[in-house]
Amino acid sequence: MSDTTLHAHADEHPPHHPFLQHHFEDLGQQHEASTLGMWMFLTTEILFFGGVLCAYWIYRVMYPAAWAEAASLQNWQMGAINTIVLIISSLTMALAVRASQLGQRMGTVVMLVLTLLFGGIFLGVKGYEYSVHFHEGLFPGAQTFTWHENPALAPQVQLFMAFYFTMTGLHAIHMVIGAGLLLWFIRRAWRGDFGPEYYAPVEIMGLYWHFVDIVWIFLFPFLYLIHSAGGHHG
Amino acid sequence: MADISVTEHHHSDHAPTHHVTPLWQYLLVFFALAVGTVLTVVASRFDLGMWNTPIALFIATVKATLVILFFMHVIHSTRLTWVVVIGSFLWLGVLFVLTFADYLTRSWSLY
Amino acid sequence: MSSLTLHDVRITGAEGSRNYINDEYGALSWLLTKDHKRIAILYLISITIMFLLGGSFAVIMRVELLTPEGDLLTSDTYNKMFTLHGIVMIFFFLIPVIPAILGNFILPIQLGAKDFAFPKINLLSWYLYIFAAAVGLYVIITGGVDTGWTFYTPFSTQYSNTHVIGVTFAGFIAGFSSILTGLNFIVTIHRMRAPGLTWYRLPLFVWALYATSVVMLLATPVLAITLVMLMFERFTGIGIFNPAIGGDPVLYQHMFWFYSHPAVYIMILPAMGVASEVVAAFTRKKIFGYRFVAFSSLGIAFLGFLVWAHHLFVAGISVYSALIFAFLSFFVAVPSAIKVFNWTATLYKASVSWATPMLYILGFIGLFTIGGVTGLFLAALGLDIHVHDTYFVVAHFHYVMVGGTVMAYLAGIHYWWPKITGRMYNEFWARLAALLVFVGFNLTFFPQFILGYLGMPRRYHAYAPEFQVLNVMSTAGASILAVGYALPLIYLGFSLRFGRKAGVNPWGAVGLEWTTSSPPPKHNFEETPVVTWDAYDYPAMMKAVGETQNV
Ligand SMILES: [Cu+2]
Repeated sequence: MSDTTLHAHADEHPPHHPFLQHHFEDLGQQHEASTLGMWMFLTTEILFFGGVLCAYWIYRVMYPAAWAEAASLQNWQMGAINTIVLIISSLTMALAVRASQLGQRMGTVVMLVLTLLFGGIFLGVKGYEYSVHFHEGLFPGAQTFTWHENPALAPQVQLFMAFYFTMTGLHAIHMVIGAGLLLWFIRRAWRGDFGPEYYAPVEIMGLYWHFVDIVWIFLFPFLYLIHSAGGHHG
Repeated sequence: MADISVTEHHHSDHAPTHHVTPLWQYLLVFFALAVGTVLTVVASRFDLGMWNTPIALFIATVKATLVILFFMHVIHSTRLTWVVVIGSFLWLGVLFVLTFADYLTRSWSLY
Repeated sequence: MSSLTLHDVRITGAEGSRNYINDEYGALSWLLTKDHKRIAILYLISITIMFLLGGSFAVIMRVELLTPEGDLLTSDTYNKMFTLHGIVMIFFFLIPVIPAILGNFILPIQLGAKDFAFPKINLLSWYLYIFAAAVGLYVIITGGVDTGWTFYTPFSTQYSNTHVIGVTFAGFIAGFSSILTGLNFIVTIHRMRAPGLTWYRLPLFVWALYATSVVMLLATPVLAITLVMLMFERFTGIGIFNPAIGGDPVLYQHMFWFYSHPAVYIMILPAMGVASEVVAAFTRKKIFGYRFVAFSSLGIAFLGFLVWAHHLFVAGISVYSALIFAFLSFFVAVPSAIKVFNWTATLYKASVSWATPMLYILGFIGLFTIGGVTGLFLAALGLDIHVHDTYFVVAHFHYVMVGGTVMAYLAGIHYWWPKITGRMYNEFWARLAALLVFVGFNLTFFPQFILGYLGMPRRYHAYAPEFQVLNVMSTAGASILAVGYALPLIYLGFSLRFGRKAGVNPWGAVGLEWTTSSPPPKHNFEETPVVTWDAYDYPAMMKAVGETQNV
């Protein structure tokens, strides 16, 4: 075998797409591999968030009154607005994938920018809520937790708040990572990287973003809208 | 390297699913998600007794399913993708069911 | 081109031509490589270093346990020793060792692929491993950690004054590395197989790694979130598993073992895959009951998720759920036994070649069986209460993990060493080392079964004087074991320079990895192979050999 054969694979595909990696036979195989890889990653995300949800539900069954009390301390209007905001961003993300499939460069860019914008609004609202919680003394910790309106329930309310911050915090970290990826994708879309032949990256970006949306779809009723069994409501 | 035909014929099954979802479908799903959000809030304002939690869970599950099927294109995806999605939730079910199997039976005293 | 070849695969890359090792030079060409074979070498070096580190903690413990008094170490230091031994060996050695070294090198070649589906992610997973190891080393240098490798709450969150956050963060990152490895394996097996390589033509090593990857993907994230909650609790001081505000420490144990029991299968399934490869190659036979062995890997992966609370029998879980978990635990024995029976059936009436890899695998089958059967003792509710937290448990899991996984890893590294390096090692020294490992291992750990049954508790630096004889035996065995582990470092290193050239197929084995040159070229094959034969097609191979000899 001579040296010339080592790079012969480059010549085997005459219309060699610039984004086809050498170890794939064609763009189809590459596309299939990357979407499957993203789904596998989302599997791990489902079990990651699922783990904390399992712990949350164990305690919710143990302490229904404290859970209802703690949820009533949340600002459900903020939660509802954020749910709608995130659903809109999911729609624009889906439309960005569609635009890239159809080869609409500007359409892709605009939709990605809108997705980023709504993601930013979500994080802004969330940040505002956090600051209110700190102010009200609802952050778990010996010094930071000063809520004592109902002393009998206070310990478990604190437990709820530990879940609240763990879950919304992890969700927010995922949003921030998603926003960072969006910035990079906006640049790539602007450059014209994507088109009907090659839109797999936008597609898997979308999968990630929609997944983060799904997490919030569950977090909203779990953290903001728990009905107390006894009927008293804040 | 002569024999190119060997490497050429076998990957036709890997053609990407170039299915483009029509615009109205996306808008319809979005509309359903928004309605679901409103319903969740409205339901939580009424005391439905033991049904409060199941209803909230049901609406959230329907919303998540819509996102998975349409926004995430699972409805047009390979069988393998279906297996991955369904399998993930089933596995999460294992964690829930067997953990709750302990907690819910702790009070059944033998003595 | 030496040795025989089979089927219509053109042997490419003649001796002395360019291969993955000499294709590029310089440290950066290794540190930034995306070639799965080079990444495997990076793992080989780093995991070996971690093994030596974890082993040194074991040596210190065994020396301390020579006498009943706690004279060498304080109890605090001893606590750190067994904790660090466990953490380093489990998270940094046993979990990655076979997938990340042997799997990384061999899997794409066995699939006839040029590389993994995601070469960059493969490299990223090595960097995550290194980052996690660095955090772990930092913790060790700055004072260690004393919670045991299980980080049980509330000790880890409320009382321990050692570096719990640092070491759990290291575990979190190492978990990420293993998730990315598993993800890459699954996608590659699904999407990168050579034409004609159907599922039932795959080597059983591939099936085993597939099942392993499924466990990695489904179990590791739950450990990750559990460690996040633990860190949150320790960070805020008040939290999720703390009984003071209504938290439940047993819930931590549930979630921890939801990962850590299946993690046992992350360690043992790849070992079983190696066993199938080696048994077939050195008996020159098809693996008996190929499909049973293949599906038993998936069966183990599935059933392994349903049994975790057998670690909680004395922790205060409900009696009814304990019954269920005990019952399900017995079930895992079924697919494991299927494998053992099929290997035995393959060995039956075979002309076995007693090469080093085969010696290790014979040891593996015996020791793993002992480890598995004693696991059934522990899964039995009544008996578990007697031997819980004794040396019986220690002996049991060392039979599975060291007698099982480490033996199989040594078999695999010897089996594929000629492919990886292009050189043969010295067979005499290799067999001697295998013998020392087997003898040393049994002398170390068999006495611990007896110690545990007699009631010696684990995790103490001092013990009652009547246990001394067996403890001295155990330490003597550990010394032999240490020599057995040190020898391969020497003769394998020696072979790199002085070893005889291996040729394409030194064992006369069947499998795509034995059809490309040793070491393989950068892209594994000069042209994509087309597979038209079953795995372990040794009958056809033997026929072909007969024909060549007649010519
Ligand atoms: Cu176990």
